[in-house]
Amino acid sequence: MLVVVCTSLLLLLAVCSGARYRAPSPGPWVIPTVGEPWPKPQQLVNYEGYVVVRPTVFTFEVTREDCDLIQEAMKRYYRVVLQTLDRGIQKRTSRRAADKRWRKDSRFKAYLDSLEIQLMAPCEVLPYLHMDEHYELRINSPDLPGAALLTSQSVWGILRGMETFTQLLWLDETGTALKVNSSAIMDFPRYPHRGLLLDTSRHFFPLPAILQMLDAMEANKMNVFHWHIVDDNSFPYESAAFPQLSKKGAYNPRTHVYTRIQIRLVIEYARLRGIRVLPEFDSPGHTQSWGLGLPGLLTPCYSGSKPDGTYGPVDPIQETSYKFLQKFLAEAVELFPEKYIHLGGDEVDFDCWASNSDILRFMESHNITGDFSKLEEIYIQRLVNTASNLSASSLVWQEVFDNGVILPQDTVVHIWKGDMQKELAKVTAEGHPALVSQCWYLDHLESGGDWHKFYRCDPDNFNGTEAQKRLVMGGEACMWSEFVDASNLSPRVWPRAAAAAERLWSTVEVDFDEVDRRMEEHVCRLNRRGIRAQPANGPGYCPYIFY
Amino acid sequence: MLVVVCTSLLLLLAVCSGARYRAPSPGPWVIPTVGEPWPKPQQLVNYEGYVVVRPTVFTFEVTREDCDLIQEAMKRYYRVVLQTLDRGIQKRTSRRAADKRWRKDSRFKAYLDSLEIQLMAPCEVLPYLHMDEHYELRINSPDLPGAALLTSQSVWGILRGMETFTQLLWLDETGTALKVNSSAIMDFPRYPHRGLLLDTSRHFFPLPAILQMLDAMEANKMNVFHWHIVDDNSFPYESAAFPQLSKKGAYNPRTHVYTRIQIRLVIEYARLRGIRVLPEFDSPGHTQSWGLGLPGLLTPCYSGSKPDGTYGPVDPIQETSYKFLQKFLAEAVELFPEKYIHLGGDEVDFDCWASNSDILRFMESHNITGDFSKLEEIYIQRLVNTASNLSASSLVWQEVFDNGVILPQDTVVHIWKGDMQKELAKLPMQK
Repeated sequence: MLVVVCTSLLLLLAVCSGARYRAPSPGPWVIPTVGEPWPKPQQLVNYEGYVVVRPTVFTFEVTREDCDLIQEAMKRYYRVVLQTLDRGIQKRTSRRAADKRWRKDSRFKAYLDSLEIQLMAPCEVLPYLHMDEHYELRINSPDLPGAALLTSQSVWGILRGMETFTQLLWLDETGTALKVNSSAIMDFPRYPHRGLLLDTSRHFFPLPAILQMLDAMEANKMNVFHWHIVDDNSFPYESAAFPQLSKKGAYNPRTHVYTRIQIRLVIEYARLRGIRVLPEFDSPGHTQSWGLGLPGLLTPCYSGSKPDGTYGPVDPIQETSYKFLQKFLAEAVELFPEKYIHLGGDEVDFDCWASNSDILRFMESHNITGDFSKLEEIYIQRLVNTASNLSASSLVWQEVFDNGVILPQDTVVHIWKGDMQKELAKVTAEGHPALVSQCWYLDHLESGGDWHKFYRCDPDNFNGTEAQKRLVMGGEACMWSEFVDASNLSPRVWPRAAAAAERLWSTVEVDFDEVDRRMEEHVCRLNRRGIRAQPANGPGYCPYIFY
Repeated sequence: MLVVVCTSLLLLLAVCSGARYRAPSPGPWVIPTVGEPWPKPQQLVNYEGYVVVRPTVFTFEVTREDCDLIQEAMKRYYRVVLQTLDRGIQKRTSRRAADKRWRKDSRFKAYLDSLEIQLMAPCEVLPYLHMDEHYELRINSPDLPGAALLTSQSVWGILRGMETFTQLLWLDETGTALKVNSSAIMDFPRYPHRGLLLDTSRHFFPLPAILQMLDAMEANKMNVFHWHIVDDNSFPYESAAFPQLSKKGAYNPRTHVYTRIQIRLVIEYARLRGIRVLPEFDSPGHTQSWGLGLPGLLTPCYSGSKPDGTYGPVDPIQETSYKFLQKFLAEAVELFPEKYIHLGGDEVDFDCWASNSDILRFMESHNITGDFSKLEEIYIQRLVNTASNLSASSLVWQEVFDNGVILPQDTVVHIWKGDMQKELAKLPMQK
C-alpha cells in the first residue's frame, strides 16, 4: 500500500514538475514518423501510394524563371537527396532484388525522375521582411501522375518548397529505396520574421560554426539571423572606420575577430538560403568592450567627486558619442544590405549616470532631473534618428518602449522579459510592430528537455484587436553565449529552436502525441545532414549512424 | 532610489538563486591559470625560473622498468606535447629571435630535453581497485638542475605522472616556446575509485564516442569506466551465449550493438590509460529490453487473474531465471577482466510482482507474505552468490541495502539518491 502511495506521489510529483514519467517499457520512448516535414505545412494532402527516387537518375528541372539562388539550391539539395540514401547501406542489398520488391507492391506508382521547379515571376536578389514564401508542391497527385511540380511566385517560396521536398523523402525499411508519398502541399509561413539570435561577444564563434547554424536554419525554414555581434565582454567586429575597437576590444584581435570579408561571406551564405542577416549594435548599455578601443566613449562612473576607474553606458552628454555613432552606423548600414538594424537599448544601468556630476548637471539644465529614462530617451532618439537618416529601419529591446521613449511608429519592439502577453498588448496598442523572444531563450536550460515549453508559446496569445495581432512580426530564439561556444553550440540550439521555428511557420494546435513523433524524425534528419541536434524525447535512436 | 533598490534586490536574488551576478565589465569573466594541473596534486612546490621544452628535441627516457603501458603512453603524451605547441604559430616567428629572448630572461634556466621515467618495480598488467597511483615529479628542482625525473613504484603512478607533466607545459606569450616551471610534485589520489558512468542503453554510443570519453578520463586521472551497458530501452551487448538478447533487444541489432571484439577494444584502450572497465548488468529491475529476447525471463504482470501483456522485473520464482543468470554472468566475468561487477538492483517496482498470483503464492509458501523486499532479497542474494562463485566482487545500488537485503561484507553499496550523508553513515563498519 505504502509502495502504491509512494509511487503515485512520485508520479504526481514528476508530472507536476514537468518531468516525463513513464512506466518502464522496452524500446524508444517515441517512435519517429517517416517522411513528415518540419515545420508542418499549412496544408498537406496524402494520396494513394508512393514514388521512388533514384539519386543517380533524379534531377531538378527549372522550367520558367531561373537565377543563381535556384542553381545553388539545386546543388545543395541534390546533396541532401544523396545523403538520405546511404550508399553504404545500398551496397549491401542487390539492386535487382530491391526492384522486384517494389514491382510487387501495389502502392508503388512510378519512378520519380525529376522535380520541376516553376518560378512564375523573376527572381529577387535579397531576402527581406514580408518577402513572399508561398509555394505549392505536388508529387504524383491525381492531376500530375508520375511527376512532381514545385510552383511559386517568388524565389523564396521555391527555396522553402525545395526544403520541404527533401524532407518528404524517406528511406524504406530495406534501406535501398528513397520513397516519397503521393501528396499535394500548399504552404506559407504564419509569421514573416522567424529568427535565431547568436551572441558572438560572450564567446567567439569561428565562421564554420556560424555557417552551420545557417544550414540548420534553412532546414527549419527560419529566415532571420540576428547577429548580436558585440557586447560587454568582447568586440569581434572589425570596423574599418574605428579599427581600435576590435584591436583593443576583441578577446584576441588576431584570432577572434570577424573581418569585413568574413561578414560578407556570412551574408552571402545566408542570402542563398533566403536568410536575412540582421546586425545588432547594442547601446548605450552592453558596451563595456567598446570603451577599450575608444576612451571617452563610455560614461566614467564616479565615487564621490572622482572617477573610480569603471565605466558605464555610452556617455549621452558628449557630442563625440553621437559623432562616433553616426560614422559607425553609417559603416554598418553600408556593410549589411539588410534594411533593418537592431539598436539594442536593453538593461541600461542608471547607477553610473547617477554617480557622474557632469551627467547630473546636464540633466538639470535639460529639466529632467532625477528621470534617467528621459536621459536614455535623448540618447535613443538621436540613435534612432541617425538610423532613419541612413534609411535604415530600427528594432529596439523592450526597455526602450517600457521606459516611455517616444519612437517612430515603425520601430520594432523586441519583447524578451516580463509578462509577454501584457507587453504585446501594450506595444501593439501603440501601433508598434513587435517581435517575441521572451519564451524562447535558449540559454535557459531545464533538465529532462524543455522544447515542449518552447512549442507551447504562441505570439498570438494576447488581448488585442485584429490590427494589433497583425503587428506581431514573429519572433526569435535567442542563443546568449555566456556558457556556450563552438563546443556545445549546435546541440544546445537544436532541436529546441526547431520548436520555435514550427510555432512561427505553421498553424498548429498543441498535440504532443503527433508532434513528439515528428520532432523525433526531425532530430534524426538534422543529424543526418551533419547538424548536431540533441535527443528531444528521451531514449531512442536514429536509424542511421552519423559519426 | 527605486533603481538602486531594484538592482540590489536583483543582486540578492541572483546571488541567492546561485546565478553569478557580475557588474558589467569588459573581457572574460575568469582569467585562466597557466600551466596548473587538474586535478590539483597533493603537494606542489615551485622553484625559481622555468625550463623550455623543444618538441622536436624532447624525449621521454625510460631508465628502469619498462613495458607496453609505458611505451604506449610515451607515444600518446608526445603527441600532447606537440599539440600544446602549435607549429603554425611557431612558423610565424623566427626561431632565432625567440632564442635571444629567453637568453636575456634571467628566469630561463635551461632547455629540458627529456623527462626520465623511473619505474622502480615491475609493471603490472591490469588496473584494479587499490592500485598504487603515487608518483613524484621533479623538474629543474634544486637537487636536479636542468633535468626532469618522474619516479613511481607502480606503472599506474607513472601514467598519472606523465599526465601531470604534460599539464605543466605552457605556451609563453609569444606562442613560440613551451615552458615548464621549475617544480617538485608529490602526488597520489585521495580515493582509489574515481569513475564515470555511461549509460549506453537509453542511447547508443558509437565506439569513437566511448574512446574519446576514456581519453578525457585519462586527462582527469579518472580510473573507472562504469559501463551501464544495458537497461530497459535497449540491449546493445552481444552475448554469444544468448544472441537473441541483442537480436531482439538492441535498437538495431546490425548497427546499434557492441560486439565482443569492440568490447575488448574498449577494455584495452582503457587498460593503456590505467582505467578499469566495470560492467553493470542491472537487475531485477531495468530489464525491459531483456524480455524481448528471452520470453519468460521477466515477471508477467496481471490484471486481475490474467496477464495484461506487460512485464515487470526478472521473475524471481523461476529457476530458469537463475540458470540464465548463472550462464550470463559467467560469460560476462570471462569477457571483462575486472574483478568487480555491478549487479544493479535499483528501482525495483513491486507493483508487477504484487499483481501476479504465482508470485503471491510463492511468497506465502516462503513465509514472506506482503514483504516484497524479502522477495527481492531472495533474488539479489542468489545473484550475489552467483557472482561470488565466479570469483567476482559485487557492487549494488543502494536500494538493495536500504531494503534490508543481507549482503556479503565486501559488497560495495553505490549511493545515488536521498540524503547522502545519512546513507553513508548507515553503512556498517568494514572490518
